[in-house]
Amino acid sequence: MSTLHSRDLVINIPGRSDGFPLNLNIESGQTWGVLGPNGAGKTTLLHTLAGLLPARSGQVVLNDASLKELKRRDIARKMGLVFQERQDSFPATVMETALIGRHPWLSPWESEQGEDQALAEQALAALEVDHLSDRMLNTLSGGERQRVAIATLMTQNPDVWLLDEPTNHLDLHHQVKVMNLLRDQAQSGKAVFMCLHDLNLAARWCSHVLLLYANGDACWGRADSMLEPSALEQLYNQKLVTVVADGASLFVPVRFGSKLQNG
Amino acid sequence: MIRPLLSLGLLACAAMVLALGLGSVTVPLPDLWQVVQGEGSALNRTLLMDLRLPRTLAAFATGGLLAVAGALMQVLLRNPLADPYVLGLSGGAAVGALLAMLAGMGTLLISGSAFAGALLATLLVFGLAHGTGSWTPSRLLLTGVVVAAGWGAVITLMLAITPSYKLPGMLYWLMGDVSYARTPWPAMVVLVFSIVLIMPLARNLNVLARGPMQAAALGVAVRPLEWTIYLLASLLTATAVTTAGSIGFVGLIVPHMLRLVLGNDQRIILPASALAGGTLLVLADTLARTAIAPEQLPVGVITALLGVPTFLYLLHRSR
Repeated sequence: MSTLHSRDLVINIPGRSDGFPLNLNIESGQTWGVLGPNGAGKTTLLHTLAGLLPARSGQVVLNDASLKELKRRDIARKMGLVFQERQDSFPATVMETALIGRHPWLSPWESEQGEDQALAEQALAALEVDHLSDRMLNTLSGGERQRVAIATLMTQNPDVWLLDEPTNHLDLHHQVKVMNLLRDQAQSGKAVFMCLHDLNLAARWCSHVLLLYANGDACWGRADSMLEPSALEQLYNQKLVTVVADGASLFVPVRFGSKLQNG
Repeated sequence: MIRPLLSLGLLACAAMVLALGLGSVTVPLPDLWQVVQGEGSALNRTLLMDLRLPRTLAAFATGGLLAVAGALMQVLLRNPLADPYVLGLSGGAAVGALLAMLAGMGTLLISGSAFAGALLATLLVFGLAHGTGSWTPSRLLLTGVVVAAGWGAVITLMLAITPSYKLPGMLYWLMGDVSYARTPWPAMVVLVFSIVLIMPLARNLNVLARGPMQAAALGVAVRPLEWTIYLLASLLTATAVTTAGSIGFVGLIVPHMLRLVLGNDQRIILPASALAGGTLLVLADTLARTAIAPEQLPVGVITALLGVPTFLYLLHRSR
């Protein structure tokens, strides 16, 4: 089990003032949702937390060690990331793609063994893409590729899961499937931290929420205390109505006069 | 995983036997076997051990070097069209060699000058394309193509001012010709050394092929790896060009064909490229020696005639 902390972290968004420094404690068992308008820095934050982008100030700490002091390989054993955009310049099968998740666990001369294969097969089955395992990635639909990417992270099996819009391109059934899977993973000891576009997915599945404002302000905490309609309206500069359905509060944007007066 | 390599190895051996047997004088298999055992006529021994064997080995090593260099650059640029020839590295080496020839230097200095030219061209292309961040693949390819055109102009200029009695040697060098190889051993050693060095990194390269960010997230130290590939690919190219002049398109066709058949696992593609590239150039050189015998064609003509249609087909297919 690992925990990820940010200490006075200011992410580097070109042309934006520093904003509010982030002191996050992302711990085992928690499911975090990051909400914010386009361009607020959700992806930049995720990449900074993963150590792929330099912070403007502050630092990211993984289990008491600053990311800067750790080797990439050691980081990759503890923390993994699903990107929003993926490159596939060279053709590869679904199975090969899932198996690259084992990379940080294998020494240079080792090749994937039966147990690595088994982990990949389990992950592909959990994401309902096991029937595609011999297909070329570039012949799949966007939603199927998204599920393969999540299966790759599951094969990597780190303690801290970072995901950039994991429900992108997914149909309703698979949105629910993926969100349940992420919550189950958190309950079995993982720490899950994801950017989400859909407010209501965060409201229904996340234990913690980080609101990231366009001007760099931020606030975070337990989901039930954070999801206040007024704060969310401010966040998206959009009037909302709250309805209760399926045992949870849901937020629906109003169609007319949607812009806030003071926004 | 071993089987394709084994088949390619057998194919390479068969190609070498063919190359040793064919030529101005055909040496039949029983006579070849006698020479291998240290017997046979003195003429056959000289012909095979002093002429054909070094030339065949040089062709094999050069082809292997170029194919591995191409495969590495394709992963580095995440572009299946990258190749030492297309990126202008061979052009830089050619300018180096021609300068030395023009100054009337000896063979050794010509080799050294070609090596320096290849390294200079690599530095130029990668340095100019680097910009602020990492290498953008399209920018690197474009820089390479433009720099290659520049080398082409310099070469034409040099040929225009060269006294005509020096021209034939230069032209042969420009088109690539294995008969220039004095000894196959430096190329062989570099080929074996680089395969041994790159094999433990091959899975890293698989991950790098998914993009630098994804590779970093999976535990690859991206920048050191990119530099290693870049330096290694330059060394391979420079060695190949120094051995046999500028031979184009081996680095392009061979890895691409292999990927179509074997997939894109670098743990297979890299050694397979060495074997298949070597085999291709051995066969091309045999053809160059025998097609219009007793005249010899430069082997670069044959690889280019194969390579140009392949390249155009690839471009056409890749949208």
